[in-house]
This record gives sequence, structure tokens and C-alpha cells, in this order.
Amino acid sequence: MFTKYHPTKGEMLQILSPEGKIINTKFQPEISTEKVLQAYKLMVYTRTVDLKTVSYQRQGRMYTYAPNFGQEASMIGTGFHMNQEDWLVPSYREMGAFFHRGVTPTDIWLYWGGHEDGAKFPKATNTLPISVPIASQIIHAAGIGYGLKLQKQKGIVYTYFGDGGTSEGDFHAGLNFASVWKAPVIFICQNNQYAISLRQEKQMASSNIAIKSLAYGMPGIQVDGNDFFACYSATQKAAQHIEEGKGPVLIEALTYRRGAHTTADDPSRYRSKEEEKIWEEKDPILRLKRYLVAQKLWSEEDDTKLTQQYEEEVEAEFLEYEKYPPYELNDVFQYLYNTMPDDLVKQKQEYEKYLAWKESRS
Amino acid sequence: MPEITVREALRQAMDEEMARDDRVFLMGEEVAEYNGAYKVSQGLWEKYGDRRVIDTPITEYGFTGVGVGAAMAGLRPIIEWMTYNFSAMAYDQVLNNAAKTLHMSGGQINVPIVFRGPNGPAEFLSSQHSQALQSIYAHIPGLKVVSFSTAYDGKGLLKTAIRDDNPVMFLECELMYGWKDEVPEEEYLIPFGKADIKRAGKDVTLISYSKPVRMVLQAAEKLAEEGIDAEVLDLRSIRPLDEESIYKSVRKTNRCVVIDESWPFASVGSHVAWLVSTNCFDDLDAQVEFISSEDVPMPYNHTLELAVQPSVEKIVKAAKKVLYV
Repeated sequence: MFTKYHPTKGEMLQILSPEGKIINTKFQPEISTEKVLQAYKLMVYTRTVDLKTVSYQRQGRMYTYAPNFGQEASMIGTGFHMNQEDWLVPSYREMGAFFHRGVTPTDIWLYWGGHEDGAKFPKATNTLPISVPIASQIIHAAGIGYGLKLQKQKGIVYTYFGDGGTSEGDFHAGLNFASVWKAPVIFICQNNQYAISLRQEKQMASSNIAIKSLAYGMPGIQVDGNDFFACYSATQKAAQHIEEGKGPVLIEALTYRRGAHTTADDPSRYRSKEEEKIWEEKDPILRLKRYLVAQKLWSEEDDTKLTQQYEEEVEAEFLEYEKYPPYELNDVFQYLYNTMPDDLVKQKQEYEKYLAWKESRS
Repeated sequence: MPEITVREALRQAMDEEMARDDRVFLMGEEVAEYNGAYKVSQGLWEKYGDRRVIDTPITEYGFTGVGVGAAMAGLRPIIEWMTYNFSAMAYDQVLNNAAKTLHMSGGQINVPIVFRGPNGPAEFLSSQHSQALQSIYAHIPGLKVVSFSTAYDGKGLLKTAIRDDNPVMFLECELMYGWKDEVPEEEYLIPFGKADIKRAGKDVTLISYSKPVRMVLQAAEKLAEEGIDAEVLDLRSIRPLDEESIYKSVRKTNRCVVIDESWPFASVGSHVAWLVSTNCFDDLDAQVEFISSEDVPMPYNHTLELAVQPSVEKIVKAAKKVLYV
């Protein structure tokens, strides 16, 4: 696969056409029908949580939030391959991959709602918190991968970043270190074509992002990021490559962020309605649904039922989330060091005294 | 008790901790085959091999971030920056990642990592390679910052740093690597947050840390010739800071001079001087004096290079000022 779709050829791996037809049988992934359905449901679930979260934010019930709308295949097609012993080293637009690990919408809301518990993920192992500084997590992924290798532990590190992140030096450092040490890392670039408002052609002169892998002596491949099968298939191949001891792989999943960069962004200022329309037609969920319906594995009725069920579940979970006990002052000081140093204890006591004084005046 | 160099003491500390705990490893530029730019890691690569003593490409934020990731994965990296001047290249990984991960993961993910290398003015190195950067790191919550002025302290503190579950900034000095003092053969550790009285006295408290402590001790001897009995307090650990020992000494002598080789503005020294002024207000018989390096980049010319740094003469003068003599 890595030879056939060598990034210098400028050919993107696509298995499922926007019409939902299998157009490339040679590289179809090994995956059971049951799993494909599971993945589809996760994509629908992720979108439900995503759209509702944006709406909660607009209602003033949530802080800033980074939407995932439109990137469901790119994050779930790659992330769905993760096993228990693998690591997820995320950026901030991989909610579907998080859910696959066992992270809940409540965890995500807590995070974006400004509650430190939102980084705890009690049900997910080997899952790092959402990382907001651009690209710094790419180097951690190389470090974790190298750490696993040194300790002779099983596991592959899945790290995510956007097209914008590839301009940071961290991208270079992470790929260079991982490749020179053959660390078990899959570098997944969700190329949604905009670094906030900056188009890809203003970010880089290279014809694609996968091609950057060549400088690091690792395979790179560009896949249709809105095609679940292409994403899954390339990830499966990358994992095999790593298991054979050949070192890391770079996957570029070409996709489109149908929503805003964050709720503080207005994409109508930098992209056209026409362009958005084109990508609506290439939508990853629509595409997989067309396939499943054609295969008689799914129906419109199933879909309506599922969406409604998820809407209700998510709504109920959000109402519960809103009852979550507020973040305590104690927590601000609590997790700074393994054991709280004396000066911090003193600071905390001073603050409590101040609060008591304030209380006594009101 | 054998006398050994600071360089050897630090090497022993790493060697002992690497032998004790397989998760400890050393990574940095030229630390392995070349034995380190300042030979602190001499012989470690031969003993522990490629797996645990690792030469890295020249990307400071790269191997700093790799260290942070490896620490997240359960290892205990020692990251050697060839000098702290190069830590500027890795600043984001320290400020936004190493220092904050425990806090931002709600106490879940420890980053047990030591960042070590020479800090502070050396000689003939000019502006970009001869600067004291501890105040920048001491400013950041989530980090521990440690310095030393003897081989004995260096070894004991480095061992503690390697065993600590938090990120530790471990400050060495290029000019100190060849300094010698007694270090016992049996194992010992020095806890963080404990200052050390390097010379007991009753007339004035001279507070310093790191390389300048030796100069402060020389100044104390000069003062003794004039009948002034100075107490020299070596902070050792900057964060956490041993405030009690500082106040105890100042409450005894009622006079205080703080000596710090970093720049004056918002520095470790200015912070300590403020703490003393606030907490020992009623005990002080004179205002606190503060000696820092001049607020300029390091000159290359040697005469000027020495002129902008603290000196024995400057310390003696300040001590006399707070004693009104």
C-alpha cells in the first residue's frame, strides 16, 4: 500500500466513493461487518454529542469548545484501530477517538467547561488529556513510544494533530526522533485544510503532507479522510509496519472541518458557501450510511431511531453534567506537585483566610 | 573522607540512581559516546549502554519533549541540556508541558523528570552563553528548582531530584565542575526545601545559593578580619524555599544581604529580599541589601565580564552598609 500510494505520486487512497460504493477492493481493510456497524454508530454518536455541545455553548451553558463536525471518519477510522495497550496522544479534535477509548461526553464537557476533572478519564487507560498548545504532543508521542520500546512493553502510540501543527518545529522534532529511534508511533494528521483561517497553500509549498515523511525515512500516505475504510485500512497497515519493527508511519487524512475552528471562530469570514456545499456532499457519515444501506445492513429507519436515541441519551447526560459539583478552590492547589510544598500550603491558607474575611463582610 | 570534584559527585549520583532504578536514563547532546560536553556523564555510556545513555539530535525542544513523554510512560529521564542557555529552545516543553501536566490531568499523570546542566555566568562566553536563568524557572508553579555550592550538596540533591515525582530543574555551574570537597563513600540524600548554614555568625546574614556561595564565604572571611561575624546561608533549594531558616537567621543577626548572580528584576534574590523585608520587618536593624549581576547582557571582555557580576568587594561593602560601619 505504501508503495502504491507513495506520496510523490500524489494519489490519495480512497476505498469508498462519496456515493457509498467500494471503488478499490485491493486495499479494503480486514474488518468484520459488525465492527463497521459499531464504528458507524460511534460516528453518529460523536456527531450527536458534537452538534449538541455547540448548541449548549450557544445557549451559554458551556465555555469555548472545538467542534469535530465533518471529521468523524478521519478520527474514528484511524482511532478505531486502537487496542487496550495502545496510547492515545491527542490534540483537541479527536472526540470520536476519545469515545473509542472509553472517555465519556461528561469528561469532555468537564474539560471544556473548565473543570479539572475533565482531564481524568477514569474509564480510559493510556489516554492523555486534550492538548491545546499546537503540536507539542507530537514530541510526547515520540517519547512515550520510545519509553514503551525501552521497557519492552507492547503498544502503539496514536498521536493526532492538524495541518496547521505541521508548521511547528515540534512536528519535525517528533517525527525525527521517532524515526531515528524506530519508536512505535502512528502520526495522524487530520488535514482539514485550514489552520484556523489560513488555507493549506498559504501554510506550505509541499503538494501534500504525507510527502514530508520521506525526509524522516518513514512511510507516509495520504488517505481520503472522509472515507472510513481508507482511514482504517491505512492505520491497519501502519500498525503492521510497526509490529514488524520497522518504525513509525505518517498518515495524512484529508478531510474538512464543517464546523468552526472553535466556538469563538466564524468560518464564513474565510471560506465560501460553495466550498462548504462541496464538502457536505463528501460527508463521511452520509457516505458510510449509503454503503451500509446499499449492503442492506442498515436503513433510514434505523438511522432515525438511532439518532433520536442518542439525542435523548446525550441530553439526559448533559442535564446530569450540569449538576456536577463545582470546581473547588482546593483543587487549584492540589495537583501542582505530588506533595504540596509548605509555601503552597501557606498560600492556600492565606486564601482561605481571605475568603472567610470576604464572607464575613457580606 | 575522599575529596572529589563536583563533576565526579554528579556522575556518582547518576550512576548510583541508574544502578538502583532501571527506569532512570540519561539523554542529551553528546552525553553518551563523547561523555558529555563537560564530562559529567563520563563512563556512563560504557557502563549502561545505548539503551540508557542516549545521544540525541540537536533539537532541545525535541529531546526535552521526548523526555516528558517518556516520563508519562513511566520512565524517569534525566535530560542534560549542554547548558541552561539552550533550555530557551525547549522552554514551551518545560513551561506548558512538564510543569503543568500533573495539574492539568487532575493529579493523574506524573512527570518525574530532571533537567540538568550548567547555568549562570562562566568565563569568556559572552551574552548568549553566560547567563543565570533560574529566576525564569523559579517563576513557574509546578517546577522544583535546586542549586548547590559544593560537591557534597550536589550529589545529595541530584539523587533526591532523580527520585522526586515532579519535574526538577537542577542547576549546575560550568566553573564549579572542577571544585573539590569531601564526599562520603556511603549513600546519603539531601532533602529539598532545606537551606544550609555554610558559616555560622551573629552580626549579619548573607544569603546566597549556587556558585556565588564560595565568593560569599570569602567575603565573610574578609569581614572577620575586621571583626564582623557573618552568617552565610546557602539556600540550596530555591523552590521549595526554606523560608524558616532564612527568618531564623535574620532574626538572630537583624541584618541581611542577599547575593544572587542573576539579573535583579523579578529574580530569586529580589523575591528573597522581599520575603525578608516583609516577614522580618520588626527584627531588621537596617534595610535589606541586594547584590545581583548588573542588568545587562554579559560582556565578552573579561574585565567587564567580572565587573558586572557580584564580587567579594561588593559583598563586603553591602555588609558594612547594613552594619552602618
